Amino acid sequence: MSAVAFSFAGETFRPMPCGGLFWAAQQALLVADLHFEKASWYATRQQFLPPYDSVDTLNCLIDSIEASGAARVWCLGDSFHDAGGPARLGDGPRAALMQLTRGLDWVWITGNHDHEAARSLGGRVMAECHVQGIALRHEAIPHDPTPEISGHYHPKLRLTVRGRGIARRCFAVTPTKIVLPAFGALTGGLDVGDPALARAIGRPLQALVATPERLLSFAVA
Amino acid sequence: MSLFPSQREPELNLSACHHYIEAVPPLPPQITDWFAAKGWAVRRHQLEMLAAARAGSHALLVAPTGSGKTLAGFLPSLIELIETPQEGLHTLYVSPLKALAVDVQRNLLAPIAEMGLDIRVETRTGDTPSDRKARQRERPPQMLLTTPESLSLLISYPDAARMLSSVRTIIVDEVHAFATTKRGDQLNLAMARLQALCPDLRRVGLSATIADPEAYQGWLAPDADADSVTRVQGDPGAEPHVDILVPEGRIPWAGHNGRYAAKEVIKLIGSARLTIVFVNTRAVAELVFRDLWAENDDALPIGIHHGSLSPEARRKVEAAMASGRLRAIVATASLDLGIDWGDVDLVVQMGAPKGSSRLLQRIGRANHRMDEVSRAVVVPGNRFEYLESLAARDAVEAHELDVDRFRPGGLDVLAQHIMACASAAPFDADALYREIRSSAPYAGLKRAEFDRVIGFVATGGYSLRAYDRYKRLTQGPDGLYRVTHPRMSAQHRLNAGTIVEAAALNVKFGRNGRSLGKVEEWFASQLRIGDSFMFAGQVIAVTGLDGPDMHVKLSRGDPRVPTYVGGRMPLSTNLARRVRELFNAPHRWGGMPDDVHEWLDWQRVRSALPGLDDLLVETFFREGRWYMVAYGFEGRNAHQTLGMLLTQRMEAAGLEPLGFVGSDYMVAVWSLREVRDPKPLFSPDIFEEELAEWIAASPFLRRAFREVAIIAGLIDRQQPGQHKTGKQVTFSSDLIYDVLRRHEPDHLLLTAAWTDARSKLTEVERLAGLLDRAQASMVHMSLDRVSPLAVPVLLEAGRERVFGRADDALLLEASALAAEAMPLPAEMALLPG
Repeated sequence: MSAVAFSFAGETFRPMPCGGLFWAAQQALLVADLHFEKASWYATRQQFLPPYDSVDTLNCLIDSIEASGAARVWCLGDSFHDAGGPARLGDGPRAALMQLTRGLDWVWITGNHDHEAARSLGGRVMAECHVQGIALRHEAIPHDPTPEISGHYHPKLRLTVRGRGIARRCFAVTPTKIVLPAFGALTGGLDVGDPALARAIGRPLQALVATPERLLSFAVA
Repeated sequence: MSLFPSQREPELNLSACHHYIEAVPPLPPQITDWFAAKGWAVRRHQLEMLAAARAGSHALLVAPTGSGKTLAGFLPSLIELIETPQEGLHTLYVSPLKALAVDVQRNLLAPIAEMGLDIRVETRTGDTPSDRKARQRERPPQMLLTTPESLSLLISYPDAARMLSSVRTIIVDEVHAFATTKRGDQLNLAMARLQALCPDLRRVGLSATIADPEAYQGWLAPDADADSVTRVQGDPGAEPHVDILVPEGRIPWAGHNGRYAAKEVIKLIGSARLTIVFVNTRAVAELVFRDLWAENDDALPIGIHHGSLSPEARRKVEAAMASGRLRAIVATASLDLGIDWGDVDLVVQMGAPKGSSRLLQRIGRANHRMDEVSRAVVVPGNRFEYLESLAARDAVEAHELDVDRFRPGGLDVLAQHIMACASAAPFDADALYREIRSSAPYAGLKRAEFDRVIGFVATGGYSLRAYDRYKRLTQGPDGLYRVTHPRMSAQHRLNAGTIVEAAALNVKFGRNGRSLGKVEEWFASQLRIGDSFMFAGQVIAVTGLDGPDMHVKLSRGDPRVPTYVGGRMPLSTNLARRVRELFNAPHRWGGMPDDVHEWLDWQRVRSALPGLDDLLVETFFREGRWYMVAYGFEGRNAHQTLGMLLTQRMEAAGLEPLGFVGSDYMVAVWSLREVRDPKPLFSPDIFEEELAEWIAASPFLRRAFREVAIIAGLIDRQQPGQHKTGKQVTFSSDLIYDVLRRHEPDHLLLTAAWTDARSKLTEVERLAGLLDRAQASMVHMSLDRVSPLAVPVLLEAGRERVFGRADDALLLEASALAAEAMPLPAEMALLPG
C-alpha cells in the first residue's frame, strides 16, 4: 500500500498536495506562509503582479479543509505578506475568510511579515503554541530539542530526473522538526538542500512531497 | 575591424568613379588629401553612399567584409561636419556589440586626428562609467557610438529631446543581426522616436550578408517605405575557398560536431597562422576544446570563447588573439560578429553550419581584406551533414543566402518602449500611436492592441481593476499620459533591454575568487559538492554553493558538460532544398567519399531516395518495435513538433507509440503496432488545435513567459550583486504564469509569450508545409529492415520526452530508487493511509 502519512513525535501527520499538513488526532490542518495580498503589496510599488493570489490561496485552503474535514486551522505565520495586507483584501475573500474563522477553531501564529495583522479577521492570535508536546511557531529555533512544526523557509525540492528539471514545494522533516512549504499562490521557495535550512532544523533531513496518490520521500542531508 | 586595409589596393572602376565624382560636389581637401597621403582612392560604394547622403536619402549598404564599409557609413558625416561644423550630436552609430562600438571608435579616431578635424567621437554602452554618461548628456560629442539598449535608455531621459534633436544620421551596423529580433524591435522604435525629434534624420544600414535587401530597406525606412532607401551594393570580394574535411574518407553514422576529426583539425591549426574553430553550441565548445588538447602534441596555444564565459575571461582570450599569442580559438556564435581580433587566416566549422548565411558570416572572420581569399574548412558530423556541408559550400559559391523571416514587433518590447517615452516626457496617445506605426515592425499594430499595451504599462492590464490606485501612468486633464513618480522611470532604466538570459549561477574560483562565467540554474541544480564539470576549457569541481554563486576548484576525473537552453539553429530552408537536390543528382555522388556514396547507393536499392518535393516515409520492424521514419527536411524544431503530433495521433489510433526522435532531416517514431497507412497521421486538419494544446503544456511557454514578463517590466531583472537572502527568494515567473493562466488566459503577456513560443520553437509554417506535402506527394516504403538513411536518426542519443503530467511519474521513480538505496530514519517512518 502506498504511504500517505508519516509519524513524527509519536503522532501521525498527513501532508496534503496543496502544502497543508493534516493532524488527524487533533482534527487540525496546519498551513504556513499564506502570504495573502502579496501581489497587491508589489502593486503599491507599481509592480503589477496578477491580483488573484489571495483568491487562489484561499480556494486551495478551502479545498484542503474540505478534503481533510479539519475542525481547526493553525496558520503558522506570514499569513499576510505585510501588516497592511488585511486592509487591501478584496470584499469577497475577506467575507470568505471571516466566515472560515467564525466556523472553525482558527489560530493565527504571528510571523515576521504580518505580526498581528490578521487579528481583524477573527480567530485567535498567538506568538506560538504547544499541542501534545509539539511546538507550533513561525520560525524554527535551531537546537531546541522540543518537537516543533514551523514555516518561514518555504522549502522546495528541485530534482533532475531523466534530464528534466522538476521543482515542487515540499515538507522538510528531521527527527525533531518539520518545516511546512509555503501555501501562498505566489510564494517562491528555498531549495530544501540549502545549508540555511539544515542549520535551522539539523539532520538527517528528508524532503516529503505529497502527490494526490501518495507521499514521496527524498533524503536531502 | 580595421576600416582601412581594404583601401590598400584601389580596385576601382574608374569610369564609375568619375560618374559619381561628377554627381557629387567635390570632396573637402582634408578628405582628398588624407586619401592621397595614404595612397588610396575613394571606392565606388563609398561615393554612392555620399551621393545618397547629399540627396538626403536613407541608405542601405551591402558590401563584403573588409571593403571599407564602416568608413562608407561615416564618410558623409565627416564631410558634413567639415563643411558645416556643428556643436552637439550629429551622428549616432548603433552596433550589436559593445566591443564593436569601441573598436570602431578606435578606428575613427586615427583618421580624424590625421585629417586634423575637430570632431569628438565617444562610445556609450553598458560599460561606460556613469559620470561620463552624464557628461555626454550635458555636452554631447558629435559622434556617439552605442548599442540599441543604450540608445533606448538615452531616449528615456527628460533631456533626450534637447540632446537628440540635432542628430542628422543614424548608422546601424550589422543590420542583419538586429532586424528579425527583439533588439531590432527596440532599435526600430528608438529610430521612430528619433525621427519624430529630428524629421530630417537619415537612416543608414550596413551589412555584409543580406539575402533580401528590399526587406531590409523596408525594415530600415520610416513607414516601412523601402523606396525611400537607396540601396548601394559594394563590389564582391574574393571568392572564399571552402573545403570539406573527411579524414581518411570516413564519416561516422551519427554525431553532430565532427569531434572524431580532432587530430586532422590540429594539423590544420598547425598549418595556419591563426584559426577560429567554430562550433554550434557552448557545450560542444567545451568538448571540442578538450578533444583538440588531447591531440595537441606540440602544445599549440589554443583558447576557448563562448557566451557563458565571464566578460573578463572573454576579454583575456580576445586580447591574446589580437596580440598573436594564440594559434587557435574554439568559439561559438559569440565570435560571429564584427571584430577583427587578430590575423585569422583559417576558419574551421565543426559540424554542419545549418545555414549558408551563417557559414559565410563565419568565413568572413578569416581575412578582413576583401581582396584576399578567405579559407574555411567544414567538418561534417555524419553522412547527412556531409551532404549539408556540400550544399552549404554550393550555396556560398552561388552567393545564395538564407532569407530572414521578419515578424511583427513584440508587444513586450513595445511596453518597454512606451515606458521609456513616458519617462522622457508626457505623451499624447494618438501621436505616439502614429509614431509607433511608423516603425516597420509595428506597421500593422492595431489601435486596440496599442491601448491594451498602455493599459498594461499603467496598471498591469488586468480585467479586475484592482490596481487603479497604484497607477504607473496617469492621464492628466490635458489628455497627456505621464509617469506618476520619477521612481518608476529609474526602475524602468534598471530593467531596460530585450536580452533575457536564463537564470544562472556565477562560477567562481575559491571563496572570493575571480568569476569564470555562468552556468544555468538547471544544470547547477544537478550538481552536488564534489561533482566535476567542464567549463572554460578546464575540469572544475564544486566546492560550495552560496546563493547566486557556485564556488569551484580545479579538478580532474570524468566531468559532466554543462547544457544550455536553446542555441541550436535548425537547418535553413535554403540548405534543405539543396540537400534534397544532392539526393537527386547521382552524377555528383562519384565525387563524394565512399562512405557517403555507398550509403546513397544502398538507400536507392533498399528503399527510395527523397525526391525534390515529396515526403518519403519508411516503415519497418526491428527488435520488437515498429518504426516509422519521415524525411521532412524541415529542421529539428519542426520535426520534434511533428514527433509530438504523430505520437499523440498514434496514441488515439491505438498504435501504442513508445517514443520519437527528430533531427534536422527527419523524424522517427516507434510503436508496438504497425503503421500501415501513414497518411491520416499527417493530416493537416486539426493540427492548429493539437499544436495549441501541446504548446500550452510544454515548458517552452513558461520560458517565453519569463522573457516577456521581464522585457515588459512585470518582473525585475536580477541586478548584478543583488543577493538572494538565504530565506525567501522573490516570486518566480512560473507562479505568476500559473495564476495568470487560471484567471486571465487572454492577458497581454500570455498572448505575447504564446506568439514567441509558437514562432521560435515550433516553426509552424514549415511544419504546415510538410503536412500539406504529405497529403499531396507522400511516398510510403514498407521495408523489411532498417534503411541506410534511417540509421543516423536511430542512433541519436537524445530521445524526446513526453510533456504533461509525467512529472509525478518521474518523481515517483526517483523516490523509489532513492528508497531502495537508502532507508528512512526509523523516527519518521512513512505510513500507509
